[in-house]
Amino acid sequence: MVSDNTELGRDNAASIRIWHVRKRFDSLDGGITPGALALDDVSLTVAAGELVSIVGPSGCGKSTLLRMIAGLMSPTEGEVSLGAEPISEPSAERGLVFQDPNLFPWLTVRRNIESGLVARGVLRQQRAEVDEFMRLVGLEAFANSFPHHLSGGMAQRVSLARALINRPRVLLLDEPLGALDAFTRMRMQDEVLRLWQARGTTMLFVTHDIDEAIYMSDRIVIMTQRPGKIEQIIPVHLERPRDRSSSDFLRLRGDILETLHFAGQPLAGNKN
Amino acid sequence: MSQATPEISHKALAITDITPPRRETLASVQPAVRPRWQTVLAIPIGASIALSIHFGIPKGEPVPDSNYYPIVLCIALGFGVLAAALYPFSMGVRKWMRQMCPILGMATLGLGVWELITSCLALLPLPYFPGPEGVISSLVHDRELIFDSTWHSLLLLLSGYAIGTTIALVTGVIIGWFPHARYWGMPILKIVGPIPATAWIPLAMVVAPSAMFSAVGLVALAVWFPVTMLTASGISNTRTSYLDVAKTLGASPAFLIFRVAIPAAMPNIFIGLFMGLGTSFLTLVVAETVGVKSGLGWYVSWAQGWAEYGKVYGALVVMAAFFSTIITVLFKVRDRVLVWQKGTIKW
Repeated sequence: MVSDNTELGRDNAASIRIWHVRKRFDSLDGGITPGALALDDVSLTVAAGELVSIVGPSGCGKSTLLRMIAGLMSPTEGEVSLGAEPISEPSAERGLVFQDPNLFPWLTVRRNIESGLVARGVLRQQRAEVDEFMRLVGLEAFANSFPHHLSGGMAQRVSLARALINRPRVLLLDEPLGALDAFTRMRMQDEVLRLWQARGTTMLFVTHDIDEAIYMSDRIVIMTQRPGKIEQIIPVHLERPRDRSSSDFLRLRGDILETLHFAGQPLAGNKN
Repeated sequence: MSQATPEISHKALAITDITPPRRETLASVQPAVRPRWQTVLAIPIGASIALSIHFGIPKGEPVPDSNYYPIVLCIALGFGVLAAALYPFSMGVRKWMRQMCPILGMATLGLGVWELITSCLALLPLPYFPGPEGVISSLVHDRELIFDSTWHSLLLLLSGYAIGTTIALVTGVIIGWFPHARYWGMPILKIVGPIPATAWIPLAMVVAPSAMFSAVGLVALAVWFPVTMLTASGISNTRTSYLDVAKTLGASPAFLIFRVAIPAAMPNIFIGLFMGLGTSFLTLVVAETVGVKSGLGWYVSWAQGWAEYGKVYGALVVMAAFFSTIITVLFKVRDRVLVWQKGTIKW
C-alpha cells in the first residue's frame, strides 16, 4: 500500500526519501516513561519535481514529518534523505514555509526576500535575483514596506519568495494557506502551482483541506493519528488546471472522505 | 476580492489585497484644542499677568537688583505676540500653537504665581525659596561655572553610559543566547544586579585609581544591570520560528545571533537603555556629590553649602534641560532603529 521507490530516491538529487521513520518525543518526566509516539514506521518517496500533499487530522505528525525533512528535528529511528545524502541539519536546499508567514518584522519586504542570500553570503553576486523574485510574486510596489503593512496573502507571498530565492531543491509547505480567507486561498493555490510549474521544485505540502490537496497535488498522502501512520497514498490523475466542481474531482473527494471515515477519524476534526 | 479567477494579473492582486494599516492608540489621540482666541493669546496673556505682578505688587523681601526676570517675561511676551500675529498665515505655526500654547501660557503664568508667593508676599522663607529673579540672576552670574559643570557631567555620563552599554550588550547577548552562560550568569545577575550602583561607592573609592574612574565605573555599573537583563531576556525570548526560518534559509550561527536574535530583541534592549539612562542620572549626581569635585551634582551640593539656593534651583533647571535633552535624543534614536514597529507599539 505504501509506495516506496528506492531506486528513484537514490537516483535523483531532488527526491525525498523517508525510510521507516519513527519519532518519539521526549517525555516530560525526563525519560522514565516513554514519550508520545508521533510517527510510527513512515516510509515515503517523493520524486524530483513532484507535488505531494499530506492530509490528515490534527496530531497525525504531518508537521513533525516536514520538520524532519527540513532538518529541524531528527527521527528517533529510520532515515530521511534528500537524494543520496541523509538529512542531519537544516540547509538552504530545503526551504520551509509555515502557516504563519514568519517574516522578519524588522526588515522591509525587499530585505526579507534578500535574507536567504545574505545568510548564504551571496547577496553581492546575486542581487539581481531579488528583483526577479519580487516580480515573480508581484510585490515590486511594496519593496520598502514593513511586514506589518501587508495583508495575510501578501505576507505569505513574500514568505514564498524568501524561501524560493535560494532555489531550494525541495520546498516544504506546512499549511501555508491555512490562515487565509477562502478567496485569497484559492488565488494563492494558483500562485503556488504557477511557481511550482515555473521552477520545477519538488514540493511537499501539508494541508487540512481535502479540496486543496486534490486541486494541487500529484499524489495525496493520507495519514492517521496517534501514532501518525500513512493510511493510503492516492494519485490524482486529473488534468491541470483542475475544475473544482468536475465530477472526477468530486468523486475523488468522496473517496478520500470515505478513506478517512473508514479509518475511524472524525471528519469534523479535519476541516477547520 | 470580487474576481477570483486564476488568470487575474499578479500586479492587480497585489493592489487589491493590501489593507491599509490604520492603528489608533491612546497616544495618537490628542485633546481637541479648538482655535479659540484664548489659545492664540495664551502666552501673551500669561506673560502680561506675570509682568503686572512683577511691576504692580511691591516686594515683600529683598531681591537682587538685576532685571533679568522682566527681560525673560518680555521676551516671552514678544514671542507670544509674534506667534499670534503669524497664526493666520502659516499652517505649521497654527499646528504648533494649538499644541503648545496652552501649556506654555500656563508655564509663564506659573512664573508669575511663583514670584507672587515668594518675592511679593514672602510666604516662603529665604534663603531656601528665592523668587524667579534670584534664580535667574544666579544662573547668569555663575554661568561659567555652571557651563563647566554641565560639560563635566556630560563627559562623565556619556563615557560611563557608553562603557556600561557596550559591556551590557555583550554580556546580555551571551547570557541570552548560550544556555550554559545563562545557567552560570543569571544567578550572578539576579543577585548582584539589583544592588544600587551607589551602594558600591565605598568600594569604588578604594579600588579605582581616581575619583573620575570610580564615577565612570559606577555610572557604567548602573547602566549595565538593566541593559544586560533586558537584552538577555529579549534574546532568549526570540521566537523560535524566526530562528527555524533562518536555519532553512542557510543561516550560520553568527547570522542567527546578529541578524535574527539581536534585531528581534531590539525593542527589549531599548527598554533596558531607557531604564539604564534613568539609573545613570541618579548615579551620576550621587557620584559627583561624594567623589568627583565637578559636575552638576557637585555644583548643587556646593551651592547648598553656601546657602545659595538661587544657584541650587538654577542648577536644577539646567539639569532638567540636560537630562530631558538626552532622553529626547535616545527617543529619536529608538524611533529610527525601531521604525519597523511604527504603528504597532508606541511608548
